[in-house]
This record gives sequence, structure tokens and C-alpha cells, in this order.
Amino acid sequence: MESLFILGTNGKKNYNNTMSEIMTEKTEDPKIETPIEEKYKLQTKDVNVFYGDFQAIKDVSMNIKPRSITAFIGPSGCGKSTFLRLFNRMNDYIEDFKMEGKIKIDDINIYKKKIQLEQLRKEVGMVFQKPNPFPKSIFENVAYGLKIQGIKDKKLIAQRVEKALVQADLWSEVKDNLNKSALTLSGGQQQRLCIARTLAVEPSIILMDEPTSALDPISTAKIEELIYHLKKDYTIIIVTHNMQQASRISDYTAFFYMGELIEFDKTKKIFTNPEKKRTENYITGRFG
Amino acid sequence: MNSIQKNRLKDQLFKFWGIACTLIGLVLLVIFIGGILVDGLSRIDWAFITDLPSRKPEKSGIWTPLMGSIWILVLTAIISFPISVAAGVYLEEYAKKNRLSALLEINISNLAGVPSIIYGLLGLEVFVRIMNLGASVLAGALTLSLLILPIIIVATREAIKAVPSSIRDASYALGASKWQTIWNQILPASSGGILTGIILALSRAVGETAPLIVVGALAYVPFAPQGPLDQFSVLPIQIFNWISRPQQGFIDNAAAAIIILLLITFIMNGIAVYFRNKWQKKLQ
Repeated sequence: MESLFILGTNGKKNYNNTMSEIMTEKTEDPKIETPIEEKYKLQTKDVNVFYGDFQAIKDVSMNIKPRSITAFIGPSGCGKSTFLRLFNRMNDYIEDFKMEGKIKIDDINIYKKKIQLEQLRKEVGMVFQKPNPFPKSIFENVAYGLKIQGIKDKKLIAQRVEKALVQADLWSEVKDNLNKSALTLSGGQQQRLCIARTLAVEPSIILMDEPTSALDPISTAKIEELIYHLKKDYTIIIVTHNMQQASRISDYTAFFYMGELIEFDKTKKIFTNPEKKRTENYITGRFG
Repeated sequence: MNSIQKNRLKDQLFKFWGIACTLIGLVLLVIFIGGILVDGLSRIDWAFITDLPSRKPEKSGIWTPLMGSIWILVLTAIISFPISVAAGVYLEEYAKKNRLSALLEINISNLAGVPSIIYGLLGLEVFVRIMNLGASVLAGALTLSLLILPIIIVATREAIKAVPSSIRDASYALGASKWQTIWNQILPASSGGILTGIILALSRAVGETAPLIVVGALAYVPFAPQGPLDQFSVLPIQIFNWISRPQQGFIDNAAAAIIILLLITFIMNGIAVYFRNKWQKKLQ
């Protein structure tokens, strides 16, 4: 599985192996007794993040199970977005960014030198706070991730685009207008398009950074429903300001405060009987 | 008078001052264009455009300087476009923010302010003498390319800066490399701004006279250039030459040539505005 992120001399070839393919290969192998599904999908250990002198994340360790929805909650500036962006290394572009500790996805340390960011991000998709479609057609938006992988087969691309749009529950609304500019869509549709664009690359983890904060309640409900359905195939981590949203859709909830992970447990437990006083204060709206 | 009335009065005064200032520029331009149109419009016909130069004003045409200007324009565009866009992309996307890049930046901004005749002297030494190109179209185009490089670099950087970072993030998050992101997202999204910069820079180049005189463009060339190493003249030099003649006929010719030159610049600026609008619409 090492070869996934590391391009050898013939790097192109590895591009077509998805992690799920390799996962199924491994489970079919009789020598391996514990199927990978039993393991944690994502593990962090003693993670510290610094921006210059400012410490944004303090000693965070957590384990996330595959095919689950984990919500990160906490007041603004608590580090939840920073933490989320560690998983596809989007913080690497920030000047003075420094990371300590270990983050493993499928047991591979994603911060070691040999990691290919392009491969990592194929595996770990991301949906942003504000819908950010490319100023191109709907089709081009979804096909982009495939084209940059060097896929040229038009039929295959068309199939994957349709599949992704169906998965993102957008196909019926746009199937007759695939060549229209993505910017003509409504905000909610644009966000579902961004989800489709992420799904087309077939990642195994999807990171969502407050994906509904710029949307109206109806669009939000649609996207929440969509996220809930995606759980059966994907590991989803969602940052949200909306506590109801966290309690509605997530299996696990992590509460961050001032860069520290205060509490991480089953969502039901966090919202009904939290261990820590600060968690309780936050979820009951006493601060934040 | 209370303070509100005072402020209102100030408001009104400034408004009229502003209108007057705007009108000064406009009125002067209208007078200038009007004068030129009166002198030159009757002179413009197809023969004026296609005739070769002559000693008789009524037989003179602008064919050779017009072709010279077009040659210069096209060659300058071909030379300056790849160099300056690549430099702009490098400075904006690749260069680390350190002292060296800050120094580069300041220098490029300064270069944009260097008088054009200095570029002419540089062109004379480097292209005409050292590279031995002679007083050719190519030497002229290379010199003008140097002149407009900083303008296009600055325009490219501004256009790239204007691309929302969310587009960059989206591309990276889908697994695109830096080059793929630049090529597939950033350059298309900034192409309108870059094109605008190039066209505006070229319309400046087409009006330049001083550096080309230094490089050795001639006031009288019997034939239009056939290749990049031929001798050439350009419209501004022809205009300058005609204006300095005593006969009224040549003065009228100069006015007519100015109309043509203005027309070229207006058309180029029009294209630039068109691209800018199209680009803005696309990004919204």
C-alpha cells in the first residue's frame, strides 16, 4: 500500500490504483485475518501545529473509524479548520506553517517526505466553506479531477461524471445543461457540484469545511441528507458551526477549544452527557 | 450658516471643480481630434493607404510606415508575450517571498518608468551593434519588447492576483499539481486581464517614436519590409517627418496619418475593453 502515495519511476501506472481497489485485494488475501475495515481509517498522534510563534493545535490525538461521519465543533479560531486541513495537507501553502506529530491514513504517515501530495489529495477529497466551482461548464468542473490524472478516455470520463453527479443528487437538475457555466447554478447546487467534483476522483475520505454555512436552510437540508447517504462509502469529517447539524448527521463529535481537543466521543454521548464541563457549556450555548 | 450647510457647500464646490477638471481633458482632446479631422479626413482614401512615399504630398501614401508599424506590432507581440507572461507567473506563483524577489519586484516597477529613449540606446548597443541585426524590423521589435516587458509583467501579476484563492484551493484539493493548477485554472481565469495588459502595452508600443529613431528606423523607406531583417519606418516617424515639412500638403498628410494611427490605437483599446468585460462577467 506504500506505493499508493509514492510514485516510482513509472509514476503514471500507480495513478490508476485507488485505495479501495487495494483494500479489497488485501481482504481477499487469506493470510490477512483482520480486514482493514476494522482498523482506524485515520489516526493522529500528538499533533502540534504552529504558525510562526502561534500554536494553533496542541497535542491532539484522535482515531477515526472508516465509513463514519465525524463532526468537529468549537468556537471560531479553536483550530478545527486548521486540524481538518492537515489531512490533505492544505496548510502546506501557509507561510510559517509547522507541524509536529504523526498523522496516518490507512497506516501511512502522510507527512513523511516521500508522500506525493497529488496522490494524497486524490485519496482525501475536500469541500470548502464557500461553493467554489471553476468558472467552466458543469461537465468540465466534475471532469477536472479526472483529466488532471491524465485520463483521456472520453466515454469513461462521461460515465464517471454522470455517476458523481448522481451520487451528489444533482444529476436530475443539470443533466440537460451539462455545458452551461457552473456559475449559473444556485448556491446550493454549486455546493453539490463541488461535492460531485470531489466524488468523481473517488477518494476514500471527504473533508468538509463548514459546507453549508453559506447556504439557505433548504439547500442545507439537501446537503445534510446527501452527506448522510455518502457515509456508506466514505469516511467523512465535517467542520461545523451548527450544533444541530453535528447532532443530526454525525456519528462522532470532537469538541475543540483554543487548539486543544477537549472531548471526542460518540455524538449521542457528547450531546446528552458530556464528560467535560466546557463541552457542556459550549453545546448548551453558554459560550462560543 | 451652520456646519451642515457649510459641508454641503463644500460638496457642491468640489463637484464643480471635478466637472471642470474632467472637461479640460475632454475639451482639449475634442479640439485636437476636431482639428486633425478637418485637416486630414478629406485626404484619407484607399490610395493614401496603399501609396508608397513620394516627393509630392498628394501622391504620398502611408503604405511603407503602416506595414512597418504592423510588422513591429506583430513581432513585438510575439517576442514579449511569452517572456513577460512567464516572468509574471514566476513572480506571482513560484518566487519565494524573500529579499531577492522583493528586489526583482522593485526593479521591474522601476523599469516601467525608464524613459523610452534609454531603451532605444540599449537596443542600439545590444541588438543593432552587438547582435549585428542592423537597423532592422527585428532590432526595433526587440527594443520595443524590452520597453513593454515590465508593463505586461505587472499586468500579468495583477490579473493572477485577482483570481480568487478559492479556485486555487479547489484545484489543489482535487490533486492537481502546481503547473496543472496554473495552466488549467489560473491562466484561463486571468487571461482577460493579461490580454488587456498586452494590448494596452502594444498600443503604447505602436505610438513609440524615440527608441525606434535611435535604433535607426528611417524617415524614408522606399518599400514595405518583406522580412524581419529589412529596414523599416513606422507611422509616428512618418508623421514627424511630414509635419516638419513646409508644404501644407504634407501637413494634411500628417493629419491623415494621425487619424489612421489613432484608429489603430482605439481599435486595440476597444479590443482590450471587450476582453476585460468578458472576463469580469465570466468570473462573477
